[in-house]
Amino acid sequence: MNGPSRRAGYDDIAVAVPVTIPYQRYSIRGAHWWLARALAELLAAAGLAKQDVDGACVSSFLLFPDTAVGLMQHLGLSPRWLDHVPMGGASAVVALRRAARAVQSGDASIVACLAGDTNHVDSFRHTVASFSQFARDAVYPYGSGGPNASFAFLTDYYMRAFGARREDFGKLCVAQRANAASFPHALLRKPLTMADYLDARPIADPLRLFDCVMPCAGAEAFLVMSADRARQLGLPYARVLATIERHNAFPDDPIQMRGGWALDRDELYAQAAVGPADVDFLQAYDDYPVITLMQIEDLGFCEKGAGAAFVRQHEFTVEGSFPLNTSGGQLSVGQAGAAGGYLGLVEALRQLTGRPLGRPVPGARIGLVSGFGMINYDRGLCSGAALLAGGGA
Amino acid sequence: MTEPIARPRRKNPILRTRQPILPPWRRSRVALGMTAAAAEGRFELQVCHACGTTQYPPREACVRCLSMALQWRERSGAGELLAQTLLQHSHDEYFRERVPWRLGMVKLDDGPTVVVHLHGDVPAPSARVRVGARLDKAGMAVLVGFPDEDVPNMADDRQLREMTCDPKFRKALVTDGKTATGQALVRALAAAGADIIWVGYAEPWKKLPGLEELGELPQVTLLPLELTDARSVRELAAQIGGKVDILVNNAEHHRAHGIASRHGTDVAQAEMEINYFGMLRLAQEFGPAMRSRGADGQSSAVAWVNLLSIFALSSFPAHGTFSASKAAAHSLSQCLRTEMRPGGVRVINVFPGPIDDEWNQSLPPPKLSPEALARAVVGALQDGIEDVYPGDVAQEWRARWQESPKVLERELALA
Repeated sequence: MNGPSRRAGYDDIAVAVPVTIPYQRYSIRGAHWWLARALAELLAAAGLAKQDVDGACVSSFLLFPDTAVGLMQHLGLSPRWLDHVPMGGASAVVALRRAARAVQSGDASIVACLAGDTNHVDSFRHTVASFSQFARDAVYPYGSGGPNASFAFLTDYYMRAFGARREDFGKLCVAQRANAASFPHALLRKPLTMADYLDARPIADPLRLFDCVMPCAGAEAFLVMSADRARQLGLPYARVLATIERHNAFPDDPIQMRGGWALDRDELYAQAAVGPADVDFLQAYDDYPVITLMQIEDLGFCEKGAGAAFVRQHEFTVEGSFPLNTSGGQLSVGQAGAAGGYLGLVEALRQLTGRPLGRPVPGARIGLVSGFGMINYDRGLCSGAALLAGGGA
Repeated sequence: MTEPIARPRRKNPILRTRQPILPPWRRSRVALGMTAAAAEGRFELQVCHACGTTQYPPREACVRCLSMALQWRERSGAGELLAQTLLQHSHDEYFRERVPWRLGMVKLDDGPTVVVHLHGDVPAPSARVRVGARLDKAGMAVLVGFPDEDVPNMADDRQLREMTCDPKFRKALVTDGKTATGQALVRALAAAGADIIWVGYAEPWKKLPGLEELGELPQVTLLPLELTDARSVRELAAQIGGKVDILVNNAEHHRAHGIASRHGTDVAQAEMEINYFGMLRLAQEFGPAMRSRGADGQSSAVAWVNLLSIFALSSFPAHGTFSASKAAAHSLSQCLRTEMRPGGVRVINVFPGPIDDEWNQSLPPPKLSPEALARAVVGALQDGIEDVYPGDVAQEWRARWQESPKVLERELALA
């Protein structure tokens, strides 16, 4: 039997120009507005004109009824390569993969990867109500708790299966809040204590308020191009060492205790020729802390089920033994719809190019960015990860 | 263990009556298959005819072999509770008023993992669970996780009571107390814990046996009601319409005629006056008030029961005008069902075969006893079933009708 095809490397691909449009809890603007600002900021920061961007990749929940195509007319772009990645928290890694190949093959020379969403007072409810056919048929009529209820199940099961305690999840949330203190765009920067975390308002047992991501409006963006082009433009960049993505992994598991990373991580590290020990920081998808623990396990930092023990052994602040979500993550910055999937990658670019907005990870050379998205029914379907290296300038 | 519910206190007339809100009702077309089964009290999931895989959520193609041959099949519902949560926050107005709300994730022995409304008596994970389907307030099928074995007061579970029409501590109107069927219905409702039962009777000058004894039951109040007379219906609605939680429209006029066996239209008109227009008058006078009381506390308005006939599906020519009046009533009941839906009030249609009464005297057995009919109606209320086919004849005709209405038409012509 033949195994999966051998993938080409990402030699000479640069990821550059990390852009974050400061988040707002609520916005009266549309998703197009946020995406337009992200594009404008990308061009300004890169010193490019619109016509220099010949590829685009867009992620947004609230762009509807438009897709990436409609956005191009809206923004007056005429790319020769266009993609729309509706993969929620996995969007950034997937967009990076698509864009890197487009650049490598010559289909595009500079790809703008954009993610943004607005958040009206009532828009999150609508997003949850019509998220997917399975959700509409088989989840939303059951209490309409949205992702809170889905992650409550996963957290409840995980705690029982692996002996994790609320304090273990709380340690991640508290550390991320400490990281957010120096990150100017974080909406939640008030210091969080373990007591605050444990005694917070119950949302869906065992989840309480600070386990749950806060929906907001915002946008994130970056550019993908060849390293040559980045150097010509004088743009600091990170190199792509390896990436993976997987959808609907382990469909026979009765409840999700692992994601696609567990299936693909060996390939990820092999392609990059590094191991988990070489990783200087992890930007994990963190709408709820249980999924962060799953990523730590599935990306090979510890065995399955040992996540809680790992948490007890490490410090997750920017200067800690295992820097995690160094901007504060979504749990402190906020979840700007599909831009939530970009937050970690954009933060990784800043850290690896030595231009963090908050505190720098000391000596950061290799960063791991992980994405997770789309609770279509009972589990998140999309997983992805990218290993990036700094030093490009 | 579920606390038994208590008799509700007298309603405080100063407080605003809570307006009914429906839980999320949108479903894909394919998911409505589960509702179709639940409406008749069955828990069915799609099973692949080609490979036997049980599917959930409802799909257009088999998740395993991609066959299109997915068939709704009854499932046992046995499974294991994997995880639970108590929801304290909801995005939906209906649930927001009702949190905390208990939910579970169950691995069915038949394969799929299902999200369920979790009955309060199910122990913590990883307890064994029985999953069943119920209609929610929106009339859509939802899955409920029940304890593996029955426990006392199960029906009183706060969440489950949202999905059933249990007569316990509710106030019911039975529109005709003079027939054996009506009297059996009243006694069955009383036995099921109904708080007050108003019993209508027409033509008081015609004394029929049993009515006075019925009036001696402590729950029962006899009230004059002429369904042929709009004023009589309106007067009764003015008197009790704002309190009726369950309306059982059992009044019917039944004569054994086809078209040629009797000259003129007087019998057919009399049947239509009660069986069709009687329902219409009741619906116009009682419907709006009931619909507005669909969320009126523990003992809200919940159900409207129509005594139809299996002949409503396909004419029994020997009782042809009666069949036609019941077909008209059936059609009207579907309109009523849609109009009562915003209040969360369930319209329950009962399709008996021949009832063992004087008007079916010449028909051969098996015939449905009034007591069995009444048990089926109360059972449907307790289980929240929407379409009831009580008795062997009804079941058989229902099966034949479902297989081929045309074949049944020919069979009935020969009967």
